[in-house]
Amino acid sequence: MLEVKNLKKSYGKVVAVDGVNLRAGAGESVGLLGPNGAGKTTTVSIIAGLLRPDSGEVLIEDKPLRGDTDPIKRNIGLVPQDLALYDELSALNNLSFFAALYELDRARAKRSIGEALDLVGLADRAKHKVATFSGGMKRRLNLAAALLHDPQILLLDEPTVGVDPQSRHAIFENLETLKSRGKTLIYTTHYMEEAERLCDRIIIIDHGKVIANDTLHGLHRMLPVTNVLAIELENPEGLRTEQLLALPEIHSAEVRDGVLRVGVPQSFCGSARRPAMAHGAGHNYQHVASERPDLETVFLTLTGRSLRDS
Amino acid sequence: MMISFGALVRKDLLLFFSDRRAVIVGLLVPIICGSFFGYLFGGQGGKSETSRMKVLFTDQDDSAISRGLFSQLAADKNLDVKPSALEIARTAVRKGKATAAIVIPKQFGVDAGRAFFAGEKKPEIGLLYDPSHSMELGMVQGILSGAVMQVVSKEVFTGQHGREMVKESLSQIEGNTRMATAEKSILRDLLTSVERWNEQQDRAHASGQDTAARGLTMPYATREEAITAGSNIQYNGYAHSFGGMGIQFILFMGLDVGVRLLLLRQSGLWQRLRAAPLSSTVLLGSRAVSAAMIAAFILFVLFGFARVVFGVRIQGSFVGFLGICAAFSLMTAAFGLMIAALGKTLEATRGYSVMATLLMVMLGGAWVPTFVFPPWLQKSTVIVPTRWAMDGLDAMTWRGLGLSAALAPIAVMLGFTLLFGSVAITRFRWEAEA
Repeated sequence: MLEVKNLKKSYGKVVAVDGVNLRAGAGESVGLLGPNGAGKTTTVSIIAGLLRPDSGEVLIEDKPLRGDTDPIKRNIGLVPQDLALYDELSALNNLSFFAALYELDRARAKRSIGEALDLVGLADRAKHKVATFSGGMKRRLNLAAALLHDPQILLLDEPTVGVDPQSRHAIFENLETLKSRGKTLIYTTHYMEEAERLCDRIIIIDHGKVIANDTLHGLHRMLPVTNVLAIELENPEGLRTEQLLALPEIHSAEVRDGVLRVGVPQSFCGSARRPAMAHGAGHNYQHVASERPDLETVFLTLTGRSLRDS
Repeated sequence: MMISFGALVRKDLLLFFSDRRAVIVGLLVPIICGSFFGYLFGGQGGKSETSRMKVLFTDQDDSAISRGLFSQLAADKNLDVKPSALEIARTAVRKGKATAAIVIPKQFGVDAGRAFFAGEKKPEIGLLYDPSHSMELGMVQGILSGAVMQVVSKEVFTGQHGREMVKESLSQIEGNTRMATAEKSILRDLLTSVERWNEQQDRAHASGQDTAARGLTMPYATREEAITAGSNIQYNGYAHSFGGMGIQFILFMGLDVGVRLLLLRQSGLWQRLRAAPLSSTVLLGSRAVSAAMIAAFILFVLFGFARVVFGVRIQGSFVGFLGICAAFSLMTAAFGLMIAALGKTLEATRGYSVMATLLMVMLGGAWVPTFVFPPWLQKSTVIVPTRWAMDGLDAMTWRGLGLSAALAPIAVMLGFTLLFGSVAITRFRWEAEA
C-alpha cells in the first residue's frame, strides 16, 4: 500500500507540488495525468526518495519513507522518464549492476535478471551492448531494470516516451502482466489514451494541484456534458471556437486533427440542429458523429486548456 | 553494502575500459609528451646530444691573439663557434639564429698586450646577444674571459709579438711620469724576468728540449659528478618527465570524473542510483575508489613504459613510490568529486577546472622542474599539491631516497584528499534536477 499525504514542494517562488494526496493498493494502477510541468515527475521523485518534500509524507506499508538508505526503498522500483542505462555495457551487465545496487546475491540476481529479460522479451539480446538496441528495446530494458529487486510498487514516469506503437503495445502488455501479479503501478503520462487503457484510477494534476481523482467512469460523470459531437469539417482553418462557445448548448469546443469536437447535452445529439451548428460557425461539414468524451475532454473541461497545449 | 559498493566500482572500471580506443589514446598522449620532455631535459644520464650554443666570431684584428682566441673558443664543448662578418653576425643574432656574436676589434692583440701590464687603454670586445637567451649570455661571458686570459697571457709571455711588447714596455717604463719609482722598479724586474725566461726557453729549444708555449692557465680543473641514487646510476630525465606528464593527464582524468558526475546528475541514471537504498558516502566513495584505481593504472603503465624503453628505475623506496602513487590517485579522485560538487553549469565548470588543473600542473613542476622557478616561486609552490607529488616521485625514482622521504609528500597529499573530499561531501547537491 502506498499513501501520499499532502505533499508540497517549491523551487524558489515556483510551486511544483501543492498538497498532493493519493493512495494505491496492491494490484492497483493509478495514473497521474497532466501536461508537462504539472508536477507529475516531482511527485514521483518525492515518492522515490529523490527529492525531499517541503511538507507532507510518503507512507509505504504504513511506514514513512525516511532518508537515502531507508530499507523501505526496496519496495519501490523506479522507471525514470530518461533512459537510465549504460549504452557501453551489455544488457546483462546493466541488469547485474542494477541488481547489485539492491544487494541481491549472485544466485538471486541471476534468477531475477532471467525473469525480467523474459518478461520484456529481450532474453536473446542479453549479451548485446545497449548501444545496439532500438529505442523501443531500450525502453523495455529500462522497465526490466526496475523489476530486479521485485518491488511491490512501480513508479513509471512516462515510460513510453518516444517509442513506436509496437513497442508501446509490448510495454503495455508487460505492465498488464505486472498488474495481474499484484504490483502497484503509479503511471505518469500526458497521453490520455494510455491512462484510459491501463489505469484503474486517474489523478489529474495541473499547476501542482490535484484537480480530479477518480475512476475513468467517475471522471466522466463529473462532466457537465455527456456526449461529444465530432464534426469533420471541409475547411477547418479559421474556425473560431469562441463563436460556438457563445451558444447556450455548447459546453466545450476544440479543433483537433481537422475535427471539431463539441461537448453537448445528451438531448442535443439526436437534434436536427447539429448541422446548423457547423453552419453557424460558417463552415461546411462532411460528417457528424457522436463520441464518448475522452480524458482530453475531461482535462479541457476541468482546466480550460488542452493537455498538449500546456 | 559491500555488493553495491563493489558493483559501483566495477561498473566505473568496465565503462573506462569499454572504450579501448579512448584508453589507448589516453595512455599514448602522456607517453609521447613524457618522451619529448624527457629528451629535452637531459634524456638518459646525458647520453642524449646536448645542444651547443651557436656563437659567431667576427675577427676585425686578424692577429695571433685573435686567431688564438677563436681556436680556444672553438674547442669549448659548450660552444658552436663559427667565423662571420659583422653585419651577417648582427643579422643572425637579431633573427635568433645565433645566441651571441663576439666582435674582436682592430688592434685588439696590441692593445690587450699593453693593457695586460700597464692596465691602460683596454680594448673592448663587442658581445652581441639575443635578449631571449640572457641566461646563456653569462655562460658565454665566462668562457670568453677564461679564453682571453689564456690566449693573451700566452702570447705576452711566449709569443713573438709578446716579446716585442715586453721590450717596448721596458722602454716605456722609464718615460712614464705617472708611475711611482718603486712601482717602476718592480715592473722592470718583472719584465726583465720575462725576457730572461724567454731567452732560457730559446736556448732549451735550440738544444732540442720540449718547450711548449705557456702562459696563464686556469689554476684548476673541474671534476663533474652527478649526485644521484648511487655512484653507478646516472640521472634520467625521463623519470621526471613521465612523472610530470602522468600527473598532468591523471589530473585531467580527475577533471573528467567531475564533469561526468555533473552530467550524471541530470540523467535518469542518477535517479535510478538515488532511488536505490544507497548512502551518499557509498555513491561518492565508490566513484573516488574507481577513479583512484584508474589513476594508479595510468601511472603504472606510464612508469612501466618508461622503465622498459628509457630505463627509468625506482632507485628509492618501492613502497614509498607505491604510497605516493596511491596518495596522488586518491587526491585526484577527491579533486574530481570537488569539481562535481562546486560546479553549476557544465561549460563554466569545465572552464574553471581546466584552468585550476593547468595551474596545478604548471606550479607543481610537472612541465619544467621547479629549480628553474625564481626563489620566491619555489618557496610559495609548496602549497600546490602537485608539487608534493612531483617532489615525491623524483625522490623515489632518480634521486633514490628512502621511504622517509616519501612520508611528507604522502601526508600532504592525503591532507588535500581529506580537504577536497570534505568539500565534495558537504557541497554536493544530492537532490535530482527537477
